[in-house]
Amino acid sequence: MAQLTTLEKLAILADAAKYDASCASSGTTRRDSRGGKGIGSTQGMGICHAYAPDGRCISLLKVLLTNHCIFDCHYCVNRKSSNVRRARFSPQEVADLTLAFYRRNYIEGLFLSSGIVKSSSHTMEQMIETARILREEHGFRGYIHLKTIPEADPELVRRAGLHADRVSINVELPTEAGLARLAPDKSAPRIEGAMGLMQGALLEGRDARRRFRHAPRFAPGGQSTQMIVGADAASDADIITRASTLYDRFALRRVYYSAFSPIPDASAVLPLRRPPLMREHRLYQSDWLMRFYGYAPDEVRAAADPAGMLPLDIDPKLAFALRFREQFPVDVNRAPRDLLLRVPGLGVRAVQQILSARRQRRLRLEDLARLTVSLTKVRPFIVAADWRPVLLTDRADLRQIVAPPVGEQLELFGP
Amino acid sequence: MNVSGPARTVFLAAQDDFGLWRDAARGLIQAGIAPDHVIWRLPGEHVGDLFAGSSVSEAGDALPQVAVDAPSPRVSRAFLDHAARAVLHADPGRFDLLYRLLWRLQSAPRLMEDRADPDVRRIDGLARAVGRDIHKMRAFVRFREVADAQGSNHYVAWFEPAHHILKANAAFFVRRFTTMRWSILTPLGALHWDGETLREGPPAQRADAPGADPAEDLWRTYYAAIFNPARLKVGAMVKEMPRRYWKNLPEAALIPELVATAQAREAAMVALGGNDAPPAPETLADLEAAVGACRRCAIGCNGTRAVAGEGPDRARVMIVGEQPGDCEERDGRPFIGPAGQVLRSCADAAGLDLASVRLTNAVRHFRFVARGKVRLHQNPSAREIDTCRWWLDAERRIVAPRLVLALGASAARAVLGRTVAVQKERGVFLPLDDGADLLITAHPSYLLRLGDKARAEEERRFTADLAMLARRIAG
Repeated sequence: MAQLTTLEKLAILADAAKYDASCASSGTTRRDSRGGKGIGSTQGMGICHAYAPDGRCISLLKVLLTNHCIFDCHYCVNRKSSNVRRARFSPQEVADLTLAFYRRNYIEGLFLSSGIVKSSSHTMEQMIETARILREEHGFRGYIHLKTIPEADPELVRRAGLHADRVSINVELPTEAGLARLAPDKSAPRIEGAMGLMQGALLEGRDARRRFRHAPRFAPGGQSTQMIVGADAASDADIITRASTLYDRFALRRVYYSAFSPIPDASAVLPLRRPPLMREHRLYQSDWLMRFYGYAPDEVRAAADPAGMLPLDIDPKLAFALRFREQFPVDVNRAPRDLLLRVPGLGVRAVQQILSARRQRRLRLEDLARLTVSLTKVRPFIVAADWRPVLLTDRADLRQIVAPPVGEQLELFGP
Repeated sequence: MNVSGPARTVFLAAQDDFGLWRDAARGLIQAGIAPDHVIWRLPGEHVGDLFAGSSVSEAGDALPQVAVDAPSPRVSRAFLDHAARAVLHADPGRFDLLYRLLWRLQSAPRLMEDRADPDVRRIDGLARAVGRDIHKMRAFVRFREVADAQGSNHYVAWFEPAHHILKANAAFFVRRFTTMRWSILTPLGALHWDGETLREGPPAQRADAPGADPAEDLWRTYYAAIFNPARLKVGAMVKEMPRRYWKNLPEAALIPELVATAQAREAAMVALGGNDAPPAPETLADLEAAVGACRRCAIGCNGTRAVAGEGPDRARVMIVGEQPGDCEERDGRPFIGPAGQVLRSCADAAGLDLASVRLTNAVRHFRFVARGKVRLHQNPSAREIDTCRWWLDAERRIVAPRLVLALGASAARAVLGRTVAVQKERGVFLPLDDGADLLITAHPSYLLRLGDKARAEEERRFTADLAMLARRIAG
């Protein structure tokens, strides 16, 4: 076979990487290159340097080292039995590409993942070597996210954390049965074992920094994971349960959801239709409710229907409010922060502004109109100085008032 | 302390100098001059006809005399933070707004906390727009590399900010690209960094910046490849990457085509994905008819006849081969070719009665390449096995065998749905989801390809596996 050019390899290996949802470059330490050595900087907040027409941010150079793989996971475009074109970068090539992009301000850094060649440990070593070239030979101060391979040697996992800002291990599927069926070469206990090891290393690193100022930093951006939604039979309630368990057990920074999307040369074991992208969105919203709005996993699950699915036409917070109407209306001039956060249509920022503004005077509806996006949505659930929703919260057609039905979006490739 | 009288005009020397405005505003507040008596003027703004004949001079009015013991104006931290940002906005009314707020703050010191107040909201809006523009500049500046006369590299970018944010962003680029030599050119001024010092330059034009960079081909390739056509969301893209930035982004030229072809690309993937399964057949006759009409993979479409399974409807044992061969396709029956002969003779030796066994294949059509008149067998691809697996599943559901024997890797894949290493997993019973047990062994055609000595050994192992199955049936 003819040698592929860098351009061809990049096309193949970036294409293969696009099913990883995360592109975050946030949550790490502040660094810069003012010392006159190296290149690059990071601050707390990430930067999205471009957006693709799928609406996703492009912050990092997201590529695979290789898309050859000895595993055969059905949902994955790079599985052994897939007919996609294969390519392989050397660590040096990826490092050069990262620097070329970084110097032109195209990216914040590198997100490196890989198919598994020879062995998990061999592959992991190649990935670490890429990060080492960038950090040690070029003094790269930008962001590095390494996808860790759960089957690799624990010592390699530790080394990965010394170079990377963030490390991640994908749990892939929300249920063990799904994993056994769709990713027969992977094992849930092994994945969780690796996440546990990583958490141990993260805690140890932080502890060492506390005691020794010059102890090396270990993955200051923490660890994250990704779940594929809609490739197995797991309900939204199952997924929420799994995510909250993962947050609790492994202190994850983020759980990413990736709606299963058609892949070229898909495995025929997937006799399923693409889940609506809205489902992924609703799961992210439920994730937000738990992380920033003080909802317990039980409460989010209560917003789901008996089959455990969140409604697609309204957001989970509104679904929760409609189901538990006895908790409303909430008085915007008196209610504590945690109750205000439960009002549909009030975000974290709006609640903060209400708390601050009501110290000045009693708030009226017109004030709220300036602080919120949609007064119609908020009104049935609040009491203001000049407003009380008489019987509104008891009306059977409340859902139509706050979320009027829109023309149903037809599936482009429906049955 | 309200002082009435003619309007005062204050000239500001720069669009983006917060310090100048602050000094002037402090004096005006101390002199008690109300907001509607102050007119703020910027460089390049003519004192227009509106004020013709008024007492305004080109140099502006002298700032009022302030008593030495006049109290300092009261401002909150929140106001200073917002004002420093809002001053950079392109809105010509920003200085009026800032002064009006400063004036009101003197009697209502906690005004900034009231986000429902229209003035507070407006300054907040201005400050946020400036913050966003600062952020977008950090994101969307694209350097192009040029080699200068001394042969060293120089990175030059052309950028068009919406507000007066160039200087406010200088420190960011210095921190990030300290060791590079770079210039950022804009219509309102330029920044030059030589590795040690930062210089400001005069307004520039697009033509002053280089027109291309070879790395942009790589970048465009990356941009096109990372896009997932199955998730088209143009609105979300435009919201974060507004069109006005597109003309200076090398990758943006690809957007129209990526959007236009996305649906066709997704449709092609979905069609290939074969997610259009009809309801599963419930009798073997239905199954046979449906398999004959199946065109869901390339082998199904090659014009050969489908070969159905053979044997009792309720067999306790099912033997799964790979696919029909030349003889099988011609006669429409499984296991009648050379490999079938090997299976039959070894089954006899092992004491396995094939008459009570259901014989079938992982793939129902014959895949071959034609060499003249000869049709040479070709292994089915994993994809074809996975597609045809649906039929095997249906047959297993109807026949409900308690024991399944998979001959070779293709058959094992069809039963287990994963890649199987036959030599590693042969010779042990594996439990299946439906409660049956699976035994994996080699395919008899493998024996046919071996030399005499190796064949004798493999035949012995193959017969031993069949005997193991026979014992399990008996036991």
